[in-house]
Amino acid sequence: MTNAAWETLGNQAVAAAGLAYFIALLVHLAEWAALRQPAAREAALVGETRGLENDALVEEVALQPSRDLGRRTASERVAFLGRLGFLVTCIAAAAHLVAMVGRGMAADPNRVPWGNMYEFTVSGTFVVTLMYLVLHRRFRLDWMAPIVVGFVLTILMVAVIWLHEPVQPLMESLNSYWLVIHVVSAVIATGAFTLGGIASIMYLVKMRAGEGSTTKGGWLRRVPGLDTLDKLAYRVHAFAFPVWTFAVLITGPIWAHEAWSRYWNWDPKEVWAFITWVVYACYLHARATAGWKGRNAAILALVGLATLWFNFIGINYFSSTSQHSYAIEGPELVQRTTVLE
Amino acid sequence: MSSPDERPVGRGELTARELVRWTWRQVTSMRTALVLLLLLALAAIPGSVVPQAGVDAIAVTRWKDEHPDLTPIYEKLDLFSVYDSIWFSAIYLLLVLSLVGCIVPRLFVYARAFRAQPPPAPRNLSRLPDHSSYETALPADEVLARARAVLGKRYRLRKAEDASAGGDAVSAERGYLREAGNLLFHLSVLIVLAGFAIGGLFGYQGGVILVQGSTFGNNLTQYDDFDPGGLFTPEQLDEFDFTVEDFDVEWVESGAGAGTARGFRAGLSYREGDAREQEYNLRVNHPLSINDTDVFLIGHGYAPVITIRDGEGNIASTGPTPFLPQDQSFVSFGVVKTAAAEPGQIGLEGLLYPTFYLYDGDPASVFPDARNPLVSMLVYTGDLGLDTGESQSIYVLDKSNATQVTDEDGKPFRVDLSVGETVKLPDGLGSVTLEGVKPWVRVQISQTPGKEVALLGVVLALIGLCGSLYVRPRRVWVRARTVAAGDAGDTMAGRTTTVVEVAGLDRSGNGDLAEVLADLVADLKKAAPQDEGDLP
Ligand code: HEM
Repeated sequence: MTNAAWETLGNQAVAAAGLAYFIALLVHLAEWAALRQPAAREAALVGETRGLENDALVEEVALQPSRDLGRRTASERVAFLGRLGFLVTCIAAAAHLVAMVGRGMAADPNRVPWGNMYEFTVSGTFVVTLMYLVLHRRFRLDWMAPIVVGFVLTILMVAVIWLHEPVQPLMESLNSYWLVIHVVSAVIATGAFTLGGIASIMYLVKMRAGEGSTTKGGWLRRVPGLDTLDKLAYRVHAFAFPVWTFAVLITGPIWAHEAWSRYWNWDPKEVWAFITWVVYACYLHARATAGWKGRNAAILALVGLATLWFNFIGINYFSSTSQHSYAIEGPELVQRTTVLE
Repeated sequence: MSSPDERPVGRGELTARELVRWTWRQVTSMRTALVLLLLLALAAIPGSVVPQAGVDAIAVTRWKDEHPDLTPIYEKLDLFSVYDSIWFSAIYLLLVLSLVGCIVPRLFVYARAFRAQPPPAPRNLSRLPDHSSYETALPADEVLARARAVLGKRYRLRKAEDASAGGDAVSAERGYLREAGNLLFHLSVLIVLAGFAIGGLFGYQGGVILVQGSTFGNNLTQYDDFDPGGLFTPEQLDEFDFTVEDFDVEWVESGAGAGTARGFRAGLSYREGDAREQEYNLRVNHPLSINDTDVFLIGHGYAPVITIRDGEGNIASTGPTPFLPQDQSFVSFGVVKTAAAEPGQIGLEGLLYPTFYLYDGDPASVFPDARNPLVSMLVYTGDLGLDTGESQSIYVLDKSNATQVTDEDGKPFRVDLSVGETVKLPDGLGSVTLEGVKPWVRVQISQTPGKEVALLGVVLALIGLCGSLYVRPRRVWVRARTVAAGDAGDTMAGRTTTVVEVAGLDRSGNGDLAEVLADLVADLKKAAPQDEGDLP
């Protein structure tokens, strides 16, 4: 295949992935909509019962087989739509992967697909999806489906509309295998932090709504309890933090040393990577500090996420001094003073 | 480490000792660490907004020119060197203090805990949040022996004791490495800081622009800019010299990214001390290391070779002059000046177009490679400030006392030269010739002592972190007691049964203890298949 063909494939695969994510989103929304009905009917049946807050109970009630055979009950439909949505998301992820491979193969020489913001975004969102799919069973993430899919779809659209650039060879300083390791780990950590951030947001939303809101039906009651959310968020963050440490404090400096002669230069990109790191360290501390657990920790996690994304988006656009800006690699401008005799 | 001790300080007189104690407790509390970390993150922000002298000195100068009012205030606040400032240092030094105060005592606690046995089982296991129990016909001591066998594989066990001292239970504990990881992580932060400090104090960074063919000898006078650490001494400079023999750029000729450099390399021949001459291909990402010194290729540009003859026909100046690229098109700005010309000093200021093309009457460069180079410069004469002996940037022409040279119509006289061309200056000032264009490379030369220390520190920190985050410490107890079977009016009085209680404490907050206990119970039962039928 020619490079142009690979590039076309990459672009088409992004479109296909976007379409599949969109379908998955619709399916999951239908699932949520279907969820309201049995809940409402069941609530009417059970009357004043307060036990519905309990996830297990909800499941149990929802899974009771229907009496009138032949027709699918609402709860079966929910389960079916959930599975269907998951399957479509898997297909979307596959197309997403093809899109990344296509980008990499289109470049001459072939390279990893994260030479600019468009490619970084496509890769980062892929990691979000991948982590969601991998953790789906283990952490029972059904409730997260529409949020994750909707998020990935939105970001992909932003990437395609505003960030898209034709495939280019890597600029010299990015052409290093340290780049590969550095960016792979940064992308993985970014995806994981984002997923953890979603859990933290849901923690705050659920806390705001109060656990009592769960009896009213609607999607919030599919969201697990505060304790579960907190633990989920912690586990995902606890995975992402060491990866981030590896990316920005080990491979980043090694690469910087080779490319620019300074392993740590307080360049704006580095400053913000450091800030992100410190804020997430705060989050981990907060979880072990009385009075900071729970809500404050969740807020810190979101502050961390904000710094992370600001670093990625903001610094590239607003900072002209960053050597990391993917946009240009400015030639060295130097002030030279000499005594003229 | 838990919440700080906030016992209200007595209203009466507070002895100095108490005050010191109280302050120390505050400083080393977890909450203080948290707040200091947040402060550190906040304090780092200004350095990403205001240009930093250590990062980009030119940007700082430009910023100061644009904001004359703010400059004195910013200077007072050290905003141009945030990361060396007193207030930034104060935060991280406090953090270090807090860290040491927090970690050192914990080291001792840990050392003791590491040698200690798991604590005895609590009297009432069913009070613990995670517990379960079952009955079996096996005798209690057999159950306990099994528990020891099952748990012993992955837990540390408390020595068996006789029944009076809690001998009816097995105490098991695991996950000692979590705390070790945590301690290692925090101590490694100190190692990283030490490495960083060594580099800042003893290292240096220097830069030099070298036109192809020129030689650099490693001593202070040869650097264009030099930024030493506080404790740097010139004796540290390694003895070597090198010559830039040639320089190549591989340009992307077409397609997306056309006109960008795919790669560039400078062929060096270098010599360490008196050793034999060696060759090295200097490329981006592939520095040359000579002893403790690293040589990096970080930029390139063009130096037109311009000869100025004065009004008397003598060569007043000749040779390559580096011009500075303005952007990616490599249109470059530069100045050529000479004090040796008669009747007056001559200064040229203008642009070099690497591949010149007249586009709708406007000069432009269509490719960054020097394929059709042209210099286009304005001419000045009079007092160019070259006689004062003061240091002057070679990229700036001091025009304050100079006059611009004009043609007959009074318009500014412009020198436009392709390679090999000569232009006569008006008023008998002389002539200017463009002999050729040579590439230059910008080379960064630095020593970064302590970088291995810092690297070791972060690697250790990462290892510690993984231990601290993934090791799950927990304690598990199994108690087996013999009780009379069926107290409630059982006919077979005298028969006994064994009640086994299992409970645990998870100290990592991971919350999967219930599963762990369920597995344990299953294991205990599996180890005794024959009594399955006896279960009630
Ligand atoms: C240089 C600044 C510091 C950084 C970057 C930092 C970072 C971290 C990180 C990432 C963790 C998570 C590991 C874990 O959960 O076990 C942690 C845990 C911990 N840190 Fe720090 N820390 C710093 C300073 C301090 C200080 C000053 C103290 C003492 C007051 C402290 C006490 C602790 C404790 C007790 C834990 C364990 C929490 C737990 O049991 O989960 N740290 N720290």
